Amino acid sequence: MQAQPETTAVMDKAPAPPAASPDQAARAGAPELREHALAWHNIVTIAKRELSGYFASPVAYVFIVIFLLLCGFFTFMVGRFFERGEASLAAFFLWHPWLYLFLVPAVGMRLWSEERRLGTMELLLTFPVSTWQAIVGKFLASWFFLTLALALTFPLVVTVAYLGDPDGGVIFCGYLGSFLMAGAYLAITCMTSAMTRNQVVSFIISVVLCLFLILAGWPPVLDLLVRWANPTLVDTVAAFSVVTHFDSFQLGVIDTRDVVYFLSIIVFCLFTTGVIIRSHRAG
Amino acid sequence: MIKVENLVKTFGPKRAVDGISFTVERGEVLGFLGPNGAGKSTTMRMITGFIPPTAGRITVGGYDVVEHPIAAKRLMGYLPENAPAYTDMTVWGFLNFAAEMRGLSGEAKRKAVNRVIEMCFLETVVHQSVDTLSKGYRHRTCFAQSIIHDPPVLILDEPTDGLDPNQKHEVRTLIRRMGETKAIVFSTHILEEVDAACTRAIIIDRGKIVANGTPAQLRSRSEVSGAVALRVLGVPASEVKTKVAELPTVRRTQLLEENGHGVLLRAYPRPDARDGALQESLFELALRANWKVTELRTEEGRLDEVFRSITLPDTAPAGQSTKEDSR
Ligand SMILES: Nc1ncnc2c1ncn2[C@@H]1O[C@H](COP(=O)(O)OP(=O)(O)OP(=O)(O)O)[C@@H](O)[C@H]1O
Ligand SMILES: [Mg+2]
Repeated sequence: MQAQPETTAVMDKAPAPPAASPDQAARAGAPELREHALAWHNIVTIAKRELSGYFASPVAYVFIVIFLLLCGFFTFMVGRFFERGEASLAAFFLWHPWLYLFLVPAVGMRLWSEERRLGTMELLLTFPVSTWQAIVGKFLASWFFLTLALALTFPLVVTVAYLGDPDGGVIFCGYLGSFLMAGAYLAITCMTSAMTRNQVVSFIISVVLCLFLILAGWPPVLDLLVRWANPTLVDTVAAFSVVTHFDSFQLGVIDTRDVVYFLSIIVFCLFTTGVIIRSHRAG
Repeated sequence: MIKVENLVKTFGPKRAVDGISFTVERGEVLGFLGPNGAGKSTTMRMITGFIPPTAGRITVGGYDVVEHPIAAKRLMGYLPENAPAYTDMTVWGFLNFAAEMRGLSGEAKRKAVNRVIEMCFLETVVHQSVDTLSKGYRHRTCFAQSIIHDPPVLILDEPTDGLDPNQKHEVRTLIRRMGETKAIVFSTHILEEVDAACTRAIIIDRGKIVANGTPAQLRSRSEVSGAVALRVLGVPASEVKTKVAELPTVRRTQLLEENGHGVLLRAYPRPDARDGALQESLFELALRANWKVTELRTEEGRLDEVFRSITLPDTAPAGQSTKEDSR
């Protein structure tokens, strides 16, 4: 956010001070601090609106129910949770890259395409907010929603803890990795939804991109690659995959490189979203 | 408050806005007229900072819209074309969101929301979802959003589009009243609104300003402005016509109507005639000829005609359907 001169100076009869931030302390503080408080206020306001949009329709509840049902199905039926005879959530986390492949784009596809279709983008971006605040606000709202859905799987943790003596650290790492991976998928969807006013197109493109990120590190694909590509190339391709980076979380290891990987996907995609929106506005 | 200099916007090879300059001060209401696709909305989108100009400079309240967008946007309220609104919110939720985005909170927010609900007559739909609103109500909701922070500058793109006649009247009155203390730009296709609400009007055609002035000045550009219409009872049209045409103050005449209500003739003054000379000579002629005159009125010129003649330069000016004759 660039530095701005005091606005009220030019307004001889100022209406309600436009910079009135709810944060009283920040208002009294240094201008820079005030700008930060304002930016945060804008982001939170946009995020709150976005979230209320999710819960205003039954879509949010339907999504959460489907997510929980699928989690249960993969964990118990496909992952054979009980037959494994171990007190861990490995069977649960294993399927997350695939589960998110469709569910995250479904949540994120409307982020910007809906704004463009309704024309509310014109409204949103002519409020006194910067484009990045709007992007971050909307992204955080959806990420929060996904986190909420993920948090609702806690009965599984309770079950495991009741049946045996699981490693709490490993479970926490699994959740952290899953959370970051959802963020990365979501950022990709956010980017594709800025490209088009059609939600379906945005959904399809993001599924393809996310699928690529999975397949690049999926063992069957890597096995195929190894046959005719040199090992360095295979490693490079695998390094781009979410699966590779999510794996170590599942093992209970928080590697900075993995965290940086997910965060850089998020930052890169959100930055690209900004570029797309700007170029779209420039006509 | 608003200063636009040599504004240009190109979309590919097309110049949608082509070198527009104007200023609007506090206390002025500027009407934006022009045919479809003239570049009105594009100009407004650039003023409000939604799209960047290809060339030129816009300042609002002293802030350059490109360099200090946030500061400039704080001073503006904007009603975009087609009145977009979040369809998944209620009117109440939407207005609260707009108020929060404008930095209002607590009591100030509550007051602002209630004020615009009252001003825009939204009481009956406050808790209705935006996507079930009728077009007019959606328009009013979006209009309410634009004035929620009582901004010193208002940019309104077709604010009366889709409103019923009563609401149109209310909105015009509101614009005129707010225009006393604010700088307002609004676009419209309804020419009466120029008279009803504007202190000044600009006509844009193909991205360029083709006329700029007060409503009265624009009207005086009309062909018929200053002409006199004369209705005489019980005299053949040819006789009225010949006699009027013989007057030294008359440039040409035009027969408008001939029926049971008499002969209606329009006389155009010579350009060098002083004001009122034509009326006097017509009056004297009628006295001399002992005509029964039922109507004698000076034409003001009509905006729609000015609009047509300016934006359709290839076609003949108004009155083509009536018989014409020049002296
Ligand atoms: N994003 C865009 N990309 C390409 N061309 C555009 C874009 N936006 C506007 N135009 C073109 O610019 C021109 C001016 O459009 P604008 O919407 O400003 O017209 P207007 O005066 O508001 O017309 P109306 O009275 O119909 O609202 C039109 O020819 C339009 O097709
Ligand atoms: Mg328009």
